[in-house]
Amino acid sequence: MLTSILLLFAASSLAPLAHRALGKRAGVCLAAVPALLFAHFVGQLGSVTAGRASAESWDWVAGLGIRLAFHLDGLSLLFALLVTGIGALVLVYGAGYLEGDPRLPRFSAAMLFFMAAMLGLVLADDAIVLFVFWELTSVSSYLLIGFDHEQEKARKSALQALFVTGAGGLAMLAGLLLLGEAAGTLQLSALGAEAARIQGHALHLPALLLILLGAFTKSAQFPFHFWLPGAMAAPSPVSAYLHSATMVKAGIYLLARLNPALGGTDAWHYLVILAGAATLVTGAVLAYGQTDLKRLLAFTTVSALGTLTLLVGISTEHSARAAMAFLLVHALYKAALFLGVGAIDHEAGTRDVRELGGLARAMPLTAFAVCASALSMAGLPPLFGYVAKEFFHEAKQEVPRAAAWVSTASFLGSALVAAAAGLVAWRPFFGRRRSQLSAHEAPPALWLGPVLLALLGVALGLFPGSLAVPLIQPAASAMRGEPTVVELAPWLGLSPALVQSLLMLAAGAVLYAVHDRALAALAPLRGLARLGPDRGYQALMAGLVALARAQTRALQNGVLGVYLLVTIGSAVALAGYALFSRATLAAPAGGGVRLGEAAVALAMVVGAVAVIRARTTLIGVAALGVVGYGVAVIFLLFGGPDLALTQFAIETLSVLLFVLVLRRLPPLRQLSPRSEHLRDGLVAVSGGLFVTALVLAATATPHATPLRDWFAANSLSAAQGRNVVNVILVDFRAFDTLGEITVLAVAALGVVALLRLRPEDRKESL
Amino acid sequence: MTLDSPILRSATRLLLPLTLMFSVFLLVRGHNEPGGGFVGGLVAAAAFALVLLVQGQGAARDLLRVDPLSLVAAGLFTALCSGLPPLLAGGAFMTGSWLKTPLPVVGKLGTPVLFDVGVFLVVLGITMAILFALAEEER
Repeated sequence: MLTSILLLFAASSLAPLAHRALGKRAGVCLAAVPALLFAHFVGQLGSVTAGRASAESWDWVAGLGIRLAFHLDGLSLLFALLVTGIGALVLVYGAGYLEGDPRLPRFSAAMLFFMAAMLGLVLADDAIVLFVFWELTSVSSYLLIGFDHEQEKARKSALQALFVTGAGGLAMLAGLLLLGEAAGTLQLSALGAEAARIQGHALHLPALLLILLGAFTKSAQFPFHFWLPGAMAAPSPVSAYLHSATMVKAGIYLLARLNPALGGTDAWHYLVILAGAATLVTGAVLAYGQTDLKRLLAFTTVSALGTLTLLVGISTEHSARAAMAFLLVHALYKAALFLGVGAIDHEAGTRDVRELGGLARAMPLTAFAVCASALSMAGLPPLFGYVAKEFFHEAKQEVPRAAAWVSTASFLGSALVAAAAGLVAWRPFFGRRRSQLSAHEAPPALWLGPVLLALLGVALGLFPGSLAVPLIQPAASAMRGEPTVVELAPWLGLSPALVQSLLMLAAGAVLYAVHDRALAALAPLRGLARLGPDRGYQALMAGLVALARAQTRALQNGVLGVYLLVTIGSAVALAGYALFSRATLAAPAGGGVRLGEAAVALAMVVGAVAVIRARTTLIGVAALGVVGYGVAVIFLLFGGPDLALTQFAIETLSVLLFVLVLRRLPPLRQLSPRSEHLRDGLVAVSGGLFVTALVLAATATPHATPLRDWFAANSLSAAQGRNVVNVILVDFRAFDTLGEITVLAVAALGVVALLRLRPEDRKESL
Repeated sequence: MTLDSPILRSATRLLLPLTLMFSVFLLVRGHNEPGGGFVGGLVAAAAFALVLLVQGQGAARDLLRVDPLSLVAAGLFTALCSGLPPLLAGGAFMTGSWLKTPLPVVGKLGTPVLFDVGVFLVVLGITMAILFALAEEER
């Protein structure tokens, strides 16, 4: 399994090369990688259906009990098939959609990168490994939403998606760690067996809340649903793949994966069902109000994610099979719809239902794919969507509390989604042909994917027993943590669920018929939509920026003296507090002060006073040099030749620096009032006193086994060097040094960048 | 801006090779005696800085041959790579490993020496980058 993930990462890094070398065929060649993996996972179906899960693992961070572990059971397999199968189709589609676009290599690379991350997410068997891949999907989603990075809207949407899912991801990490603490293991497949221990643990509720936050943000649950429509700034294949078929289902995956460990409690029921039902209705209502096909599909996706969450929240046998069936069918029809709408946009130049019409004759294949998929979304027989809807109606009877409310909500949502499906299926293709007279059928790359997905939806609907059961049954079993039998027939007979379905379709048809009038009637309410959670997000972000600006203005206002005050003042206050509350001060032991030492100290004091009283910059620099060289001499006197050498070199170079800078500086003038002098003097003196106290405390603290002795004893034998200082720098503590020189390098970049920023350039950049 | 005077000019001609040699000397002997990559890099930078002051920015850049920021990057890369060989032998990142037989003049050779070379290059590059940027401002 690790091999397949690495294969995709390798394909991602080779994608730009492949495009250069293979030209137009690159898209198909790259798609071969996920296609092969798809075949590989299909080959695993037999053993997984038989109940044999395969696993592999390596030590990763042994000290923390983190293993690079992967596990393939029914749930993972269903997702892996969706990720690789739809992934291959989307890559082919993308190559046609962006044909001739110089950004195509970047697109392929990012898509394959996402594919690898998503596959890793669903195969991971360790909570930390899952988190790492989880975040990688957020990062690749950021890159893909911001694909049109020259447009401000795309950049903003990308950042918003990253912030929302990233914040949720961090909460989830904390939640997973708490869960690991409660369960005593980070292995996901072992959590189910610890359910009783976890649910009785004091950390259970905080862990649950944090994990739900992660899952809800990722899967765009109310009130975090707002980032998903924004994510539609991405090209259509990205929306089809990440933002409907795979990535946004990661939250559902996590809930299903953790259902055996966390599911079934009151808190789980209340929170998950409530969020699911609220999202279902919100998404459906907002979808009904759209005229842009892509946004309409985005909101129906929100609604579908709500349905899935609701089903996972019910966590009964019926709801598990309904969830998995709905997951599968939604991935198929929604990917096909997004790809089909992308083809319409590509050929007709618009996605607005009010401007589209009569394209069926010009684009028959796309029309077939979109109509079949939309009917599946509406839940019409004989499509697979119908079977899933039946299951859904059956499962929602088992909602533990407030079943009537949930039932009503989902009825309303389903009817609205059915109406939305009508808009997608009918408006662009039938009726009077509008302005797009030149539109004609999309090239094969653009219709192949949607048509295949639509055919698959039809086939699953016609032969659910032989085609869908092998996928759904192991997945439902894995979600429930116990063997679950799923029986599927295309016709479930006369049942309350059937009656519900028919009523729902009738309501949907009415809603479709009155769509134009409803939109006109509801137009005055559009202002209300702006008060949604998106507004809260904007306010939060604006507040964050304002806070950052305020504290920067207070602490780093561009006046060098203030920077020093803040730095020295906070060091004295914080470290000084710790020092005086813990350490004891004692006069240094040992003999008195030698004459040479006293002379150097006196010279330094005189130098320091001279700096303060200097009338010109040159005198100030020279006096500062006296202090610096004095420090070097003290190093020498106390047996630190290395330090002394470096100090001398630094002092010399400082003089050179001053020579270069000095002529540009204005002459010294007295600008600040006396009170500021006093304040600065106070901080300076307290800084000096603090350092003195620190040295005294350090020398007075007895060490049981001084490091000094260890270094001295091991320097030559272990590190082949007699100069202990250097050996520490380049061997014992080389990793620290590596960090330090990296910081130096970054600082140098900053200095160079600031110096090159001329006043005249600055005006332009503002 | 240059501080052109016959005395400085002649002194530079003599001091430049000596200072540079001294910097390498400091680098090589650093593992056993006072010295090391950091101070070696500073001394080398002082040598180039002298040329910068006396003969101007162009001459100093020609003498350095490469862009100082590339020098920084090369130094960081060298330091990072010096930690890799032990990984191949199954040890931890940055475990010091040494050649069995000492080489003439240089003495014992091992990955920490390579690391010190990286530090040398980073320090030289940073100092020159800042000095050049300041000198640029002068014009």
